[in-house]
Amino acid sequence: MPERVAAQLAFDDISLRIGETTVLKHISFELGAGETLIVLGAAGSGKTVLLKIALGLLRPSAGRLILFGTDVTEYSERQWFDVRSRIGVLFQEGGLFDSLNIADNVAYPLENQRLLRCPEDQVLPKVEESLEFVELGHTLEKYPSELSGGMRRRVGIARAIVSQPALLLYDSPTAGLDPITANTIMALIAKGRDVRQATTVMVTQRYQDGEILAGFRYDVATGELRPADDGEATRTRYLVLEEGRTAFLGTPPELGACTDPYVVKFIPHT
Amino acid sequence: MFQEFVLLSLRAIRGIFQQPHYWDDVFVQMDLIGIGSLPVALLTGFFSGAVLALQMSRALQTYGATSSVGQLVSISQVREMGPVLTAIMVAGRNSTGMASEIGSMKVTEQIDAMRALGTDPVLKLVTPRLIATAVTVPLLTILADFVGLVGGWLVACPMLSLTTDSHYWISAWRILEYNDLAQGLVKPFVFAVVLSLVGCFYGMRTEGGTQGVGRATTQAMVVASVWIVVLTFFIGRIFVSL
Repeated sequence: MPERVAAQLAFDDISLRIGETTVLKHISFELGAGETLIVLGAAGSGKTVLLKIALGLLRPSAGRLILFGTDVTEYSERQWFDVRSRIGVLFQEGGLFDSLNIADNVAYPLENQRLLRCPEDQVLPKVEESLEFVELGHTLEKYPSELSGGMRRRVGIARAIVSQPALLLYDSPTAGLDPITANTIMALIAKGRDVRQATTVMVTQRYQDGEILAGFRYDVATGELRPADDGEATRTRYLVLEEGRTAFLGTPPELGACTDPYVVKFIPHT
Repeated sequence: MFQEFVLLSLRAIRGIFQQPHYWDDVFVQMDLIGIGSLPVALLTGFFSGAVLALQMSRALQTYGATSSVGQLVSISQVREMGPVLTAIMVAGRNSTGMASEIGSMKVTEQIDAMRALGTDPVLKLVTPRLIATAVTVPLLTILADFVGLVGGWLVACPMLSLTTDSHYWISAWRILEYNDLAQGLVKPFVFAVVLSLVGCFYGMRTEGGTQGVGRATTQAMVVASVWIVVLTFFIGRIFVSL
């Protein structure tokens, strides 16, 4: 049996009540290093809430949250700042700061995360490297308002990966984008996962996004995505949420075989 | 809701004594609030002094006390009109600005991003605005008081010849006691704290997209103005009995 490694991210029977509404109900899953979780669900099913709990922006009403092998459920905001320095996040709207240019936006975690505190002379090279990674090396001096929606998401990805975090969280990275831009974004997310071997959680409403992460790997030699061979599975699982509860949790083949009427709505008919 | 406001206020005040300090943001806000509000504060101060002299001229003539116009303008301006009108102008300009700016950041997930990227939004957004407002509003009030006296003098002396220039200025200066000066400085300081915290509070609790930002902006203006009017009575009451 392979040695059991500490979970990078684990939800242990987590529920969240906001006012009179229970927005998450008894959610449990565990992700090891380098694993991918794709969270599907209708609007309002609790996908973004799940990410916010993983990031410590919301505190669960019940259950335990494990990050990097440590129970962080009762952490104070100050303790969370240290935990978050190991997490990269892309918000649905990008979450870029309007008042900062692209270089300062991407440099923000390097300059503000207490545990990272990057030496000043290393900030710009890292920012440039990260922006080159998303093919936006020429936008350093621009402001978010000067970029298109797709470009803002790519800058968001650059900011998420600039500190080379062990855990990456993506909230609906392709929402509202055209299919070509959406595929570019997904390729970058797969690249971020495979180059850095990061644990990845992606919330999406598009099954196709999940298929890319589950079925493709980034080839460092060619710089392109290629179908994953059987011997190098992407270690991807799907979590489908329905009104805050788990409707499905399993591997891509298990999802394909699932007959739950709610879950099959997310799988395109062949 | 009041409990949330108190908690935010305590966190923001604690932030003054807590690392990190975002001094760049403090100076940017001082420029926005202090320099930005200067024209409107001076204009309001000038005309409030002028109107005081104008409206009181008839009453003073009735009692043959036109020589007291300097005292009247001075006391009213320093104790009440200067602090209140300046604070209401700053509330209109800056409490609303704070609510809409922070509110927009809230609905576009920039506040969440800030927390996720290692920054406490209260230390970064609220405390600098609190410090900047608490420093600049009293200074603006002093300037508004002075130009108010100038406005009163223009009406009282060159325009209506109620008294002589030297008598106006000497009586305006001599009537002021330490109690008046203290009241004239304590009020703008308290108003500044309240109007900055109210603006930030409504910004931080914005929900519901652009509509929510509009709602937060209106609430900030209304609540800050009401607080200013209510507080001026209570602070005045304390100083009157001293």
